Amino acid sequence: MLHADTPQLRRYLQGPQSEGRFFQGLNGSVAFADLAGGTSLGGRLSELVGTSVLLSTRDQLATALALIELDGVARRIVVCPPDLAASHVPEIAANAEIDAIVSDRDPADFATLGILLHVGATCVVEPAAPPTSSRHTTWLLLTSGTTGAPKLVSHDVASLSAPIKPTAQAPVWGTFYDIRRYGGLQIFFRAVVGGGSLILSSAGEPVADHLQRLAAHGVTHLSGTPSHWRRALMSPAIRVIAPGYVRLSGEIADQAILDNLRAVFPHVGVGHAYASTEAGVAFEVNDGRAGFPASFVGVGQGDVDVKIEDGSLRLRSARTASRYVGRDAPALLDPDGFVDTGDMVELRGDRYHFVGRKGGIINVGGQKVHPEEVEAAINRHPAVWGSLVRARKSPITGAIVAADVVLKDASIHGDDMVARTEREIIELCRRHVAPHKVPAVIRFVSSLNVSDSGKLLRHGRS
Amino acid sequence: MSIKLTVLSEIEQIAEQHQKTLAPLTDDSILMNTGLDSLCFAVLVARLEDRLGVDPFSASDDISFPVTLGDFVRVYENAAR
Repeated sequence: MLHADTPQLRRYLQGPQSEGRFFQGLNGSVAFADLAGGTSLGGRLSELVGTSVLLSTRDQLATALALIELDGVARRIVVCPPDLAASHVPEIAANAEIDAIVSDRDPADFATLGILLHVGATCVVEPAAPPTSSRHTTWLLLTSGTTGAPKLVSHDVASLSAPIKPTAQAPVWGTFYDIRRYGGLQIFFRAVVGGGSLILSSAGEPVADHLQRLAAHGVTHLSGTPSHWRRALMSPAIRVIAPGYVRLSGEIADQAILDNLRAVFPHVGVGHAYASTEAGVAFEVNDGRAGFPASFVGVGQGDVDVKIEDGSLRLRSARTASRYVGRDAPALLDPDGFVDTGDMVELRGDRYHFVGRKGGIINVGGQKVHPEEVEAAINRHPAVWGSLVRARKSPITGAIVAADVVLKDASIHGDDMVARTEREIIELCRRHVAPHKVPAVIRFVSSLNVSDSGKLLRHGRS
Repeated sequence: MSIKLTVLSEIEQIAEQHQKTLAPLTDDSILMNTGLDSLCFAVLVARLEDRLGVDPFSASDDISFPVTLGDFVRVYENAAR
């Protein structure tokens, strides 16, 4: 099927608008102007026409370059995140009907798949004639599920770029995300479609080095999860960057992290966006307050229809994915075309607040507790850097609330000071949440585990 | 600190945190009449596990929840032995 008018990603790189724009990775940069008239795939793009491609690279820059080339050429692109378990690849390849691999890894790594077409991905661009034909390309993203093989979520350039409004100035985007996940890919699109450039993250790069690199390449817009930002704020190198806009997404942005960012970047717009792989970007909140105005809820009043049903946020828009792909794939949309995000919200005054995930509830003697709500209360304490609230088994009430807390200040030590801080946190929680939600036990720890996708790891609930 | 004193100090702290008024505590005090609710007892058992390293109520299936404060302390003394 040919679509002569399909908006190919490549066209955003062509002409005078590409001037001065670039992708920057740990090991170097690529100018958009070079990529517009070149190839990073060794000139083998024509072999990939109409194929279903598994795109799996070690280097994030190689994925960025390949995505530009493959859109409008391949039938499907499966964008593999960096931590994808090898054991899940055969099932994903079967469900996505993969018949080509684009990778900078050893072809032997994929030998068991029995796919003959392997095209090497690189970070080096050589001159090449652009492709002549154009077709619709489906982008398959993997959801970061906790167990089992990840689900394949079907997007395309239209759904991925729908939330992006043109900007007057060319932004230089940076992100703590990896672009092979929805949150990072959204920033990739903001850079490419929104007339800007992109500084990529790199796994394993120390935070201070990453911040220095962002500063060196003139970052103006920077995005990450609240966990990413808490980590960055702990680094003295945070002072080397001077962004004009900072953005949070992927986790609940509580008031504490918004206030902390405002304190460090007093004259800078701090926005938090609500987005998920399935639902796309729903909305952005730019008033510096946690939660979102109740006026956002409604049907037919903007680009995104928002409703609350059984306490969870439901979204319908051109930005949502169309479906899950694969055998036995569950339905993604309800009969009315809404995605149930599974994120629970609560109306307080004229604002909805995120209180947690549908499945993540702790049951204390029959009363529900969303861990995130308690974490938001704990994080209000000025000495607290971050917290993780989890269930602990109780012979009396089935479960009780337990909290792991990381303190900001290494100067809080000694039994007396720790005990006083613990008392203060409990008093603070008592003021903000119901008694059964107040942590029964608090454990002070030196760090919290954050997943590769930049979110607090909530494993180990008992 | 003896097990009994540990139990008493935790009870007082939890009562204060949960804004409960405690009745005078003796060995014969009926636990349910001390002023603590079941949430407070759940917190007490968790904190005692952290301080004493044992949760006798989870460790065994056939232990019935004690009626008096004296019984409660004895469950911990026996478990710690």
